[in-house]
Amino acid sequence: MCYIGQSIEKIDGMAITTGEPVYTDDRELSDHLYVHIVRSPHAYARIIDIDVERVKRLPGVELVLTHEDVPATRFTAAGQSFPEPSPYDRRILDAYVRYVGDPVAIIAADSKATAKKAEKLIRVTYDIFDPVLDPKTAIEHKSKVHTEEDLSCHFDFGCRPKQNLAGSYEVGYGDMDHALSECDVVFENEYSTQAQAHAMMETYRSTSHLDEAGRLVVVSATQIPFHVRRITAKALGMEEDQVRVVKPRIGGGFGGKQTMASELYAAIVTLKTGKPARVVFNRKETFSMSSSRHAFHINIKLGATAEGIIKAIDMQALSDTGAYGEHAWTVLMVAGHKSLPLYNQAIAARYQGQVVYTNKMPAGALRGYGVTQAIFAMESAMNELADKLGMDPAELRLKNIIKQGESNPILEGSSESASAKLESCTLNRCIEMGQKKIGWQEKYPRKQISDSKVRGVGMAITMQGSGIAEIDSATAEIVLETSGRYTLKIGATDMGTGCDTILLQMAADALKVDINEIDVLTGDTDEMPYDTGSYASSTTYVTGNAVLRASEDLKKKVLNGENAPVTGSGYFSGDTSPPPFIAGFAEVEVDIDTGHVQVIDYVAAVDCGTVINNNLARIQVEGGLVQGIGMALYEDVQHTSRGHMMTNTFMQYKVPTRKDIQGLQVEFVPSYEPTGPKGAKSIGEVVINTPPPAIAHAIANATGVHVRSLPIGPEGICMGIIKQQSKVALIPDFVQSKC
Amino acid sequence: MDIRTMINEETRTLEVFPGESLAALLRRYGYLEVRTGCDTGSCGLCTVWMDGKPILSCSTLAARAAGHSITTIKGVGKEGENLAKFLVAEGADQCGYCSPGFIMTVLSMKKELKNPTESAIKHYLNGNLCRCTGYEGQTRAIKKWLVSSKGA
Repeated sequence: MCYIGQSIEKIDGMAITTGEPVYTDDRELSDHLYVHIVRSPHAYARIIDIDVERVKRLPGVELVLTHEDVPATRFTAAGQSFPEPSPYDRRILDAYVRYVGDPVAIIAADSKATAKKAEKLIRVTYDIFDPVLDPKTAIEHKSKVHTEEDLSCHFDFGCRPKQNLAGSYEVGYGDMDHALSECDVVFENEYSTQAQAHAMMETYRSTSHLDEAGRLVVVSATQIPFHVRRITAKALGMEEDQVRVVKPRIGGGFGGKQTMASELYAAIVTLKTGKPARVVFNRKETFSMSSSRHAFHINIKLGATAEGIIKAIDMQALSDTGAYGEHAWTVLMVAGHKSLPLYNQAIAARYQGQVVYTNKMPAGALRGYGVTQAIFAMESAMNELADKLGMDPAELRLKNIIKQGESNPILEGSSESASAKLESCTLNRCIEMGQKKIGWQEKYPRKQISDSKVRGVGMAITMQGSGIAEIDSATAEIVLETSGRYTLKIGATDMGTGCDTILLQMAADALKVDINEIDVLTGDTDEMPYDTGSYASSTTYVTGNAVLRASEDLKKKVLNGENAPVTGSGYFSGDTSPPPFIAGFAEVEVDIDTGHVQVIDYVAAVDCGTVINNNLARIQVEGGLVQGIGMALYEDVQHTSRGHMMTNTFMQYKVPTRKDIQGLQVEFVPSYEPTGPKGAKSIGEVVINTPPPAIAHAIANATGVHVRSLPIGPEGICMGIIKQQSKVALIPDFVQSKC
Repeated sequence: MDIRTMINEETRTLEVFPGESLAALLRRYGYLEVRTGCDTGSCGLCTVWMDGKPILSCSTLAARAAGHSITTIKGVGKEGENLAKFLVAEGADQCGYCSPGFIMTVLSMKKELKNPTESAIKHYLNGNLCRCTGYEGQTRAIKKWLVSSKGA
């Protein structure tokens, strides 16, 4: 029996859906302390004095920590392989607070109520500074977010705190001026994407305790147990082998749990008191005291011949990383690397970016990781360029996209001497499939439905990667037990995606055994082989390859006559990061009186290589599309003029509900990736990228209004319509001035 | 203060803290199947039944449970498990964190609505957020489940 390609049910499905206690906060923890974090009410300030004497006298309070009581070590909370390309700009507690919500003190008490009561007894005197809030003025701003002398970086990625710069990046090829001079049509504009919240259903939480040998055990809802182990040890001045990290089932991550949010607060309390500790962020803390997507401003210039051959692509990006530089440089870099190679006819392509510090909640990793931002700009501009050329935008893509077997110097895995080759790609067929499924020929560009309702269709294409070439790695082990059963041990972290199940499918096929003969063990740094973690679309590709190698190793050992228990081990780290592709097509209905937009159909034609598990891959696509629809139309992390986050509950921060979603069509157009496990590439991130530009395009086709800043609210559409009408009818100045 | 309440058909006397929510009380007494996600009555994760009707336990004072009957997913028996099987078969379980509350709302829907249309299903369940699945897989699962439980 062949398991790959089948819709095998998730092995943890029944436990998680019927309420079994399998998540972090469900685990027994005897006599533990409740940890509460006191947060800064100011966007930027220095703590002059902090008086905790009254707190210490409150019955039930076990411990209060301020910046004077914690190690002075700086580190990054970013879950990345060492040496991390993120600045070491963070302390557990600092004398400076750099955003509203930055930790000021840690209280541990015998109950939640006591810990909260204790917070009111703390007296903090602040020297308040003028905060940096607008990324566009950050570099010149007289306030500098990081003034500390001991901020450090592992290598020079452009971090210049004196200019509020967390990093800069440039990549490209060809002579831009020459390429533009060969173009008949040049289109240029600026596009903006907002900060987006992960809004996973399980908020950040962790517990910690000391085991019988005095080692620190951290239990956390994390995507990155091995990175948490390393960072925790560093931040607390411990040896890494004195820390054990356990990951139970996770209630969603989306990249949020690739940055440490809660772990250190519990861990330091346990180290100082010897007692178990528990910290559970509420929804407000999760929205406003963790991380979000980096907001981007992107200026893009496209040059094409009159026949529609794109010769030049020039992008400049400004990214906002907020108060700390977690993932700042890598998100900036990935935005260029995983968008420019789409259009391989270009004789010159360039991407230049800067990422700045501001006094807002730090940004971090979020599904799409910069590509979502770059694709909104690039694909929106492509659609506007097609208009200018008088070409069908689908045809413009088909003329210019990269094809299987072609090389591109910006593709991951390229070196200065050799461009990486694209081994697998069905993007051209994805575009054709998407056109057919949405009814492009009949519906493009618009259809009037009634006096006030008009429908439009739009499209966008995207790529992503599969793991980080030469950096991400995974080891998998398969043990043939003395019982005759098998145990698959993996360090990857299933956060609901189903990776435990698809890796099991791969192992069962490779060993040619029944799936029920294999037990899957995950989620414990003491028990599992090293894996960088589940992020960067890596698990199917990187850990999947490791599982196949472990199976081969085990087979070899058994054939050599080794007796049970026998352990087969496999290691994998990719030389390239094979991109999955999607062509996305949206059909929207716009009420031109109110500006209300309803997405009535969305087609995603997907090349993720071999589809390992059809149901799970389909749900990954659908879930990602809906997060993308949310980003296109509703979701927006907003701050006041003093830097307070306004969108810190689900009342203000609008994620799509099921009534917002009418039709999603997912079509797989598989390629075969020769370096992938049985031909597979990734699926997790690529799925979020097409909705913002495709929906913007559909709205533009329906109304003639190009909205270049996300999210696209009804106001922007209505004001755009009014602006158009103002060409024929006079409207009051005050209406225009709002545009 | 102590309250007397019925939880999953078992009479219990529970100590309630001032201002405590029903969700917090239930979790404190080990009903860990009740999960919370928002604290503002917006996400539906904490849905349980009071006297057979769905309520948001995070926005219900624990004291209000006095003299009433509370049901969690562990108290609905095979029907909840059966629906869960349909979610899992569709791959629409994903992280599973919203599932227990979601299942409680779906079971209520089945009691209240006869042959609901897809739009009626979505309207009834709109207060149950899910960030993983994009909802469509859940809808497919519910439709199949409704068909199968009609035949049963």
